[in-house]
Amino acid sequence: MLSGWMPPNVSTFGGQIDSVVYLILYIVGFFFLLAEGLLIYFSISSRRRAPRQAHYNRGERPREAVWILVPALVVLGLDLGIDSAGHHAWELEKSIRPPSTIEIKVTAKQFNWEFTYAGPDGKLGTPDDVTVENDLHVPVGQVIRLSLNSEDVIHSMWVPNFRLKQDVVPGRAIPAWFEATKPGTYEIACSELCGFGHYSMRGSIIVQTADQHAKWMNDNVLHAANTSASAK
Amino acid sequence: MAAGAQSVSAIAETDHLREIPAGKMAVWIFLASEILVFGGLITGFVLYQFAHGGFAADAAHVKWRFGAFNTLVLVTSSMTMIMALASARADDRRRVRTYLFLTILLGCLFLGVKGFEYRGEFREGFYPSSGMFWSFYFGMTGLHAMHMMGGIVINLMLLIAATRNVSSEFLQRRIEYGGLYWHFVDVVWIFLFPLLYLT
Amino acid sequence: MNIAIKPHEHEQHQLGFVRRYIFSTDHKVIGKQYMALSALMAIIGGFSAYIIRWQLAWPESSVPGWGPIGPDQYNAIVTMHGTVMVFFVAMPFLLGGFGNFLIPLMVGADDMAFPRLNAMSFWTQCVASLVLIASMFAPEGPAAAGWTAYVPLSDNPIYTGVYLGQDLWILASALEFASFLMGGVNFVTTALNLRASGMTLMRLPLFVWMEITAAVVFLLSVGPLIAAAIMLLLDRRLGTSFFRPDKGGDPLLWEHLFWFFGHPEVYVVALPGVGIMLEVMPVFARKPIFGYKMIVYSTIAAGLLSFIVWAHHMFVSGMDPRLATPFSITTIMISVPFAIIVFAMIATLWRSSIRFSAAMLFALGGLASFILGGVTGIFLGSQASDIYMHGTYFVVAHFHYTMFPVTFFGGFAGLYFWFPKMFGRAMNELWGKVHFWLSFLFFNGIFIPLFLVGIGGSPRRIYELSSYDMLKPLQPLHVIATVCALGLFAAQIPFIVNLFYSMVRGKVAEKNPWHANTLEWTLDSPLHHPNFPVPPRVYRDPYEYSVPNLSEDWLPQDQPPSLVEAATAAR
Repeated sequence: MLSGWMPPNVSTFGGQIDSVVYLILYIVGFFFLLAEGLLIYFSISSRRRAPRQAHYNRGERPREAVWILVPALVVLGLDLGIDSAGHHAWELEKSIRPPSTIEIKVTAKQFNWEFTYAGPDGKLGTPDDVTVENDLHVPVGQVIRLSLNSEDVIHSMWVPNFRLKQDVVPGRAIPAWFEATKPGTYEIACSELCGFGHYSMRGSIIVQTADQHAKWMNDNVLHAANTSASAK
Repeated sequence: MAAGAQSVSAIAETDHLREIPAGKMAVWIFLASEILVFGGLITGFVLYQFAHGGFAADAAHVKWRFGAFNTLVLVTSSMTMIMALASARADDRRRVRTYLFLTILLGCLFLGVKGFEYRGEFREGFYPSSGMFWSFYFGMTGLHAMHMMGGIVINLMLLIAATRNVSSEFLQRRIEYGGLYWHFVDVVWIFLFPLLYLT
Repeated sequence: MNIAIKPHEHEQHQLGFVRRYIFSTDHKVIGKQYMALSALMAIIGGFSAYIIRWQLAWPESSVPGWGPIGPDQYNAIVTMHGTVMVFFVAMPFLLGGFGNFLIPLMVGADDMAFPRLNAMSFWTQCVASLVLIASMFAPEGPAAAGWTAYVPLSDNPIYTGVYLGQDLWILASALEFASFLMGGVNFVTTALNLRASGMTLMRLPLFVWMEITAAVVFLLSVGPLIAAAIMLLLDRRLGTSFFRPDKGGDPLLWEHLFWFFGHPEVYVVALPGVGIMLEVMPVFARKPIFGYKMIVYSTIAAGLLSFIVWAHHMFVSGMDPRLATPFSITTIMISVPFAIIVFAMIATLWRSSIRFSAAMLFALGGLASFILGGVTGIFLGSQASDIYMHGTYFVVAHFHYTMFPVTFFGGFAGLYFWFPKMFGRAMNELWGKVHFWLSFLFFNGIFIPLFLVGIGGSPRRIYELSSYDMLKPLQPLHVIATVCALGLFAAQIPFIVNLFYSMVRGKVAEKNPWHANTLEWTLDSPLHHPNFPVPPRVYRDPYEYSVPNLSEDWLPQDQPPSLVEAATAAR
């Protein structure tokens, strides 16, 4: 139902997030239809028709109150179920960061994204690092570890196709990760108001096959001693 | 009696809530929200302390002797405030005026010492913009000082009332409420002093 | 009944126009003043919504009646819209307006506990409103960091280019807080201390319970934000570094302090709106509220729980991820008391006898909308689902399905219901119903599409969609929403005409046209000062409708039992 509206998921943990969204949809959908249905039904069936009087009922006797309390307890139980499922999905994206050789430093600033690759020496934070603007090239099927940094205000890295979202806060280096399952170009949006250019702070993640990526890395990151190169 | 209708309870039930005078309730409610204002600042300060591993270097520049003296001044002023209330209850206007005057005096002394401290700190080159510790130090003591000034104004108004022909009951109530506010400002300082001066 | 005119009333006649109508200490006048003020601010809030909606639907065009709009102006208008609607429309209307007008009447008191403080609270709100309006004329424009004013965006002027405007925003907010602190003190003290004889707490109208809870929640939650506002101002003007990362400050501290207040704040707005629905529904369904005590306890529980859920606004903020699940659990728990209240309201309708007056339609429409708002909150309260939904239009649609219905539908329900008591005349019912149906239709037409825009992945607070390929297909939804927004604005015209016409030329109303039980309906319309010529005496709770074996289907709170017996015997 929602899948028509949500962009297709191409990340490993995204499916779990979607499952939670759908779980919530079914549960709240049920209660929504029940509540609205009863509201409409009672409104119509109880419309005033003289000489029928309303049924005096204060709802305070236990056998009346249970009609409210039992559904409320059901709601509580279902809610806790949602939280349990949510916890697993959350941990997957936020707490368990698998190891990987690919570490990218992401720098958000007013109003674009910078991605810093470890250069030929394979270590981030050394002079041979290569920084590109706006487009992040990564290989498919591999864990990509990110360190999110901001140069100025709070931004938020939002990649709908990966179900990945993480605020980027100045003064902190916030870890994140993803593993893409399908090659393609996926947009990054900034999802925290960051100034007048917030609406156009677009980046993209270009997921390539292993071969394509190896060639791209060779051309752009590994062979030159440049500290910054614009993406081809 | 109609079936199902509620039974009528006895005339004049009392809620004990209604025995608290409206003014007292109002002051306590106001103080509750004030506690949260200072609470927010203090919590922020404590959290930063943990995050920064303490502010020992900066905090060393704060003169704890002045802080301690001021603490003594404030505690004494709370005592004189209590004495003012006791005098009001005993209907001794003269003593009321004396103790209120002393409280005001001690409050001004506190502010004077604080001002002197600030001057010294500015001389040494420490301003609100000098870093995290100083942001909190000037922010919190500044806010506290403004509350003290408010308290002094309130006490001046009470002093003026005590010179006039107001009823004893009126004066007692007002001094009680003013006292509650004054003690609150005192208690805030009791928290600020160790946090800012003794770390 | 012997009506002795108290000396007070004589005094009121002696007062000049200014003391009686402008600097009045009469809670009824102050209540109307609050309503008028919030109506004026609603024009600003609504106009800003118009600009936003036009820009989003037709980004290439210039907004009629305003002109072309750039992205920095857009951010400022979004900020003003949120700030005005929450702090300068919803709160003054529901709390300052209805709360002031009704609480003393409903508890059986002649006025608030502190009438002069009450007047001061209104005038403080006036000054606050003026300061905010003034900020719109600041050289670089008004604040543009959102009503949430996240730092460092709001903390360092270089990031928005706005200097004075943001400082004035802080000042206006601080004055608004001061106003409601004063008001809150009055509400709580009056409801606890000035109740008429026999008015026990469990006989209070639920509206009063809602207002007291809202007042207490506000009083206890606003402190940290006042602290944060002071810190923000000091950062901006004195160079402190509370929130400046380059000097050791932490932007997340602002978020914690803001949302510690921000979350309880939404219940401060929601509870009174629901309270109005709880007053209107039993009257037009002629049936007691189902589960009065359950509703009271749920309200208190919701108020308490509201203090421990705030970080659900911060799941992806960069705070420790281990905090997410605990806050998810507390957030999910708060849906239980609200579920109880909603189920109880629906149960009230079961086997009732409903008259679909304008007020009742607004109450029902408000409830129906609020239910959708409530259930969509689950998507945001669950930490995992929130990863997707946070910061998207889904959030915008969610809070417009909660805050808007309680303020707009709840507010209008209250206005159509109590209008006869406030002005001694009746509003036109037919036009009221037209007003409702058009508003309900267009309101849903605006925000259902916006849910879909959010599910489609669109962030909030964006000037236009065209930067992103993935968002371009969502553009038609914005067009639909804007067309419906224009419809919603147009739908208010019948109301405005009805309101002003009825105030002067409406049919004179009897004192209890709806046959309602609460104390305000025992008095003549329009009301006098003091309210009660004879102190009332309360014998029962407010919702005794359709009690079996009585000659009438209503039973006022102040009707002595002996008269009830006589009525029973007569059948």
